[in-house]
Amino acid sequence: MKPGAAGSRASAGGAEGRLPSGRIVVWLLLAAVTMMFVAFTSSYVIHRAQVPSVAVPLPGLLWLNTLLLLASSATLEWGSAEFRRGSAAPGRRALVATLALGLGFVAGQVAAWTRLAAAGVFLHSSPHSSFFYLLTGVHGLHLLGGVVALAVVLSRARAASEAGQALRAVGPAATYWHFMGGLWVYLFALLFWL
Amino acid sequence: MEAAIRSERAARGRERASRSHHEPSFVRKYIFSTDHKVIGIQYLLTSLFMALVGGSMAMLVRLQLAWPGKAWPVLGAVFPDAFRDGVMRPDFYYALVTMHGTIMVFFVLTTILSGGFGNYLIPLQIGAGDMAFPVLNMVSYWLVPPAIIVLMAAFFVEGGAPGSGWTAYAPLSAVEGSAPGSGLGQTLWLISLALLMVSFLMGSLNYITTVLNLRARGMAMLRLPLTVWALFVAAILSLLSFPVLTAAAVMLLFDRHFGTSFFLPEGLVVGGRALEVSGGDPLLWQHLFWFLGHPEVYIIIVPAMGIVSEVLATHARKPVFGYRFMVGSLMAIAFLSFLVWGHHMFTSGMHPLLGTAFMTTTLIIAVPSAVKTFNWLATLWRARIRFTSAMLFAIGFVSLFVTGGLTGMVLGSPAANTYFHDTYFVVAHFHLVMGSAALFGVFAGIYHWFPKMFGRLMNEGLGRLHFWLTFVGVYATFFPMHFLGAAGMMRRVFSPQVYGFLQQLEPLNVAITASALGLGLAQFLFVYNFGYSLFRGARAGRNPWQATTLEWYAPSPPPHGNWDEAPPVVHRWPYDYSLPGAGEDFVPQTAPEPAVVLAGGAPAGGAAGGGEGA
Ligand code: HEM
Ligand SMILES: [Cu+2]
Repeated sequence: MKPGAAGSRASAGGAEGRLPSGRIVVWLLLAAVTMMFVAFTSSYVIHRAQVPSVAVPLPGLLWLNTLLLLASSATLEWGSAEFRRGSAAPGRRALVATLALGLGFVAGQVAAWTRLAAAGVFLHSSPHSSFFYLLTGVHGLHLLGGVVALAVVLSRARAASEAGQALRAVGPAATYWHFMGGLWVYLFALLFWL
Repeated sequence: MEAAIRSERAARGRERASRSHHEPSFVRKYIFSTDHKVIGIQYLLTSLFMALVGGSMAMLVRLQLAWPGKAWPVLGAVFPDAFRDGVMRPDFYYALVTMHGTIMVFFVLTTILSGGFGNYLIPLQIGAGDMAFPVLNMVSYWLVPPAIIVLMAAFFVEGGAPGSGWTAYAPLSAVEGSAPGSGLGQTLWLISLALLMVSFLMGSLNYITTVLNLRARGMAMLRLPLTVWALFVAAILSLLSFPVLTAAAVMLLFDRHFGTSFFLPEGLVVGGRALEVSGGDPLLWQHLFWFLGHPEVYIIIVPAMGIVSEVLATHARKPVFGYRFMVGSLMAIAFLSFLVWGHHMFTSGMHPLLGTAFMTTTLIIAVPSAVKTFNWLATLWRARIRFTSAMLFAIGFVSLFVTGGLTGMVLGSPAANTYFHDTYFVVAHFHLVMGSAALFGVFAGIYHWFPKMFGRLMNEGLGRLHFWLTFVGVYATFFPMHFLGAAGMMRRVFSPQVYGFLQQLEPLNVAITASALGLGLAQFLFVYNFGYSLFRGARAGRNPWQATTLEWYAPSPPPHGNWDEAPPVVHRWPYDYSLPGAGEDFVPQTAPEPAVVLAGGAPAGGAAGGGEGA
């Protein structure tokens, strides 16, 4: 078609029909986080392939933590569903539950660390222990970022006059949170099998 | 429908007018400002200042290479720790080389192109009032000065600044005491880069979201000026590659301070002392570093390419040739730049098969690079060129890009690389293609957009003189380095005189140093022109270059919020220069369609602008 013909005007550009900026930023941020963990975990995989060293016996507590984190994703989805249905109070309760489960996960991870340390396995004990602490630590920090985001969302949901507003605030934070859950499953599987 | 839009726009205009009534305080306006234009200029000035710092370090490096072992009493008096009896100490030399590279790559070229031009141009050229996240934007700038302070502090701590090069190869960078500057200095280097990486992350989140979300009505993606396309692609590169360096930096900090050995192999002996480390791999650092490092050089050159495309079209009064191919080749280069990092490691110990694979991907980059070069030349072909300072620098960019790119092909072959790696041939390659070419892009951009930024024109006579001295200066300085490399002079060598086979290179080294000093002095013409024009330059008016893109629709300088009238509405692609049948030789992007009668046979590139494929 001819350059800039009039018909193209309606469809071209314009602020309508675009994703909210918050959504875009979350996906971009997750792309960056993904690249960082690609770097960490490919280092780990190559390292395990090159220099097999004795693996750290993973504390059984990690299984419980995994359950907590997966449950937190479920309660978060439940909360969004409540907001979508227009019922704000149960939605907020679900957010509180998510936060509690998330903090429970972090506390569980720290407890796993103290157990390992009590067994004499420290950051510098072996290459595998270094990677264990590194991966769990960096993941935990990112999850804490999600905790902060959820807390902000919760306070906004408190202030929101209607459930729709609260839902818009939850969306990006929920994306991030679910991603952190998936990331943990991936890291745990790597640490478990390699 | 139309009426509703118009009244909505009028309302927005009123809102803007009322906002500009209460003037923000000086601090909010010029220091902690959220205005993308102020932030862009802050980045610009900070980077230019750092260019002076990094450039001065280069001059000291060149002094040493031309006259190793000579006493410089004055320098010795100014920097008593760095010179012993006026003679430069080797550890200071290594610190200089390291800091020069770090500053120029990260704190000059990256910050000025993405931070300076990105912030200034993206909202203006897409017709927005500001960035998507102005506060994030302000924070992103204000992380840079602390990063600079931390970096420069390395010179003043015990052990001095790091000497492990801008690539900070392990184990030199991982073990304290492995080299001068490997103590606190190296840690400060890492912290400084960490701050900068957070800043770049915030910046690229902002640039990408802004381009996706805040385009003016009618600004389809395929109507974006090539500058915006380039900055957008560079932001994606930055978003995806810097996190890898972040990961590497975290691991390096752990190795340095928490006793891990990610990068330290079993049985490592440093300074006669066997280290208690096991199982690490120094090559891992190189892989991670170059996985960022190679995209990083494209994060720098891609925005320069965008600026050059824009400046060439405007001052040649012709549409950019092959707009879609320009966009496509940017994307191809960006994509390929993630697959070639191994060409920096051919000699580090690499399976020959892998080397061949990296050679293949490396040489394929030449294809989109050549597409761009031919399109630039075709844009110039039979044009009524206005040889402004901006245009001269843009043409100079094309020359330098070709010269430096060709030696890249040589280096990309593992066999040739085995000979040339870590020699001055590599130094020549990247100073031409990255150092000089990107700098020429920066200068082209400054001469072109200075009138918009400050409302005044720069002096053209001084600008052209600056161009010729710089153009001759960079070729005289960097081209002979190919011969140094071919003769075997290694990069980062402290004194070429200690090797018999390098002693014959002394006259060439002296000549290069003389050119470099001249090149450095010529930059003061620019500094003078910049300062003088800021206050005394001729008033520019809205559109001094008769350009088509949206920033020229705003006043010079644009007010807070950018548009004094209604925000622009876009009706065409950005390169309607010399349209056959149009009255003037340019048609702004805001000109509605019926205002120009097309006399048939619109240029091939023109068709690209009208597409609906946003
Ligand atoms: C067709 C294009 C290019 C090819 C084939 C190419 C190839 C290479 C190769 C093989 C090396 C490694 C040399 C060695 O260390 O042995 C190298 C180094 C380098 N290249 Fe390029 N290059 C190209 C374009 C560019 C561009 C456009 C830039 C920057 C804007 C650039 C910046 C650099 C830098 C900074 C280094 C040196 C890094 C260091 O070791 O400190 N190159 N190039
Ligand atoms: Cu490269």
